[in-house]
Amino acid sequence: MKRILLYPVLVFAGILLLWDGAVQLSKTDIFPRPSQVLLGIVELIQRGVLLKYVVASLFRVSVGYTLAVLIGVPLGLLLGWSRPAFLAFNPLIQILRPISPIAWIPIAILWFQVDDRAPIFLIFLSSLFPITVASIAAVQNIQPVYVRAAQNFGLTRWNLFTRVIFPACLPQILTSLRISLGIAWLVVVAAEMIAVNSGLGYLIIDARNAGKRYDLVVAGMLMIGLIGLVLDVLIRRLEQLEEVKWGYSKNDSSK
Amino acid sequence: MNEPLISVRDLSMRFPGKKGKGSIDVLQSITLDVRRGEFVCIVGPSGCGKSTLLNIVAGFIRQSEGKVFVHGSPVAGPDPRRIFVFQENGVFPWLTVEQNVAFGLSEYRRKEPDEIVSYYIQMVGLAGFEKSYPRELSGGMRQRVEIARALAANPEIIYMDEPFGALDFITRLKMRSDLTRIWCEEKKTILFVTHDIEESVQLADRVVILSHRPGTICRQIEVDLPRPRDLDSPAYLEIRDEIFHTMGMSLKVGSAESDCSGRAP
Repeated sequence: MKRILLYPVLVFAGILLLWDGAVQLSKTDIFPRPSQVLLGIVELIQRGVLLKYVVASLFRVSVGYTLAVLIGVPLGLLLGWSRPAFLAFNPLIQILRPISPIAWIPIAILWFQVDDRAPIFLIFLSSLFPITVASIAAVQNIQPVYVRAAQNFGLTRWNLFTRVIFPACLPQILTSLRISLGIAWLVVVAAEMIAVNSGLGYLIIDARNAGKRYDLVVAGMLMIGLIGLVLDVLIRRLEQLEEVKWGYSKNDSSK
Repeated sequence: MNEPLISVRDLSMRFPGKKGKGSIDVLQSITLDVRRGEFVCIVGPSGCGKSTLLNIVAGFIRQSEGKVFVHGSPVAGPDPRRIFVFQENGVFPWLTVEQNVAFGLSEYRRKEPDEIVSYYIQMVGLAGFEKSYPRELSGGMRQRVEIARALAANPEIIYMDEPFGALDFITRLKMRSDLTRIWCEEKKTILFVTHDIEESVQLADRVVILSHRPGTICRQIEVDLPRPRDLDSPAYLEIRDEIFHTMGMSLKVGSAESDCSGRAP
């Protein structure tokens, strides 16, 4: 077997053995064994809630995140390009940015009640700032030679934006999209623990509250990890596009 | 009908100093004419303002005093009829070679864009690399892409700011002979900045020598040698040495000729 497969398999096997051994040694009847977690997953599938909750969580992330991309990227490009707009709005962004999306939960519930819109709003906030700030920085750090070359060819402002500024910023923007998707996935779980009655976050908190079903808690955690991994693998593929590859390799970045 | 294509009149450039300290005079009273179809090299020691001069003539920087005319009208900014080839390479890394070369075309709605693009890719010796991205090319090839992109836009003038400065010696030699060939075919007017004296004599019809800062034109030397140029011929060596002397860099030990740089040789 190839080492790239063998080593991780060994690590997982080791962790499972340690986990199982520790549970048996401690004689706990609350913390589940790996086999019980597996049964828990089967139970969730049989009850039909696993797929339902996964879809609910993914739906909220998709909507909130898409809104953040649609607003954050153009907003960041605009603020990066226009010095007056940057001076006007940057302090506001810098104050809002460090506020954890979790801190917005009470306000989200006040505005949207216990409803899909509350977690969507929180995910939107969590992704909006990293995307906007990265887009601003991308425009501000653009190589001046690209702008000058484009101006030399007599591009209109719109063409300068679409044919040069945007593609020149795309590698940095895609990186911020990947990072903020990770954040969005973290936030949806937290939001669902409080603001709604479905989703993987709700599954975890509900399994604990209604009968201390820690096998289902761990099963939910496992699903969150696996889906997060899949999301990251999928969005990483964007960075393999020929149009943006130049922005990532170190040895030929600008030349 | 001997009106110059580019004429620079009494041009001076002053950059404001840092934190209120006195301003820096970079260029002083430059007056220069370039004829249509002429290949002019501007040489000078580093920091003499030769790149600044080229950027002003191209319309990227505004001069402090004086005038720049192209076709008799003052330069108000960059213009697609005059394309700049950058030292740091302005080829767009997100476009393929052929997309880069086609970049300046769409603005003019030219007929047969594909033919123009492949013609110039051929001319700079990049046939077979049409679909490659700049990051897959060597430094010399990327400079060729930029030259092809400039030519494809069919400019009247090409401004070149040390375009071969970052290349290795052998590649530079090859680029010079190719540029000479292309210039003979295309009949463009070229204003070329370099710090490399040999390069200027190999390429130019006329070499304009700038002094140390603040840059003034201290001499202009016609290079009336047939192309391709024989780099061993006495005439070539004589002109080359003449420029070295003018810039205060004697090739002979013990030479005490005066120069216009204001510094001892």
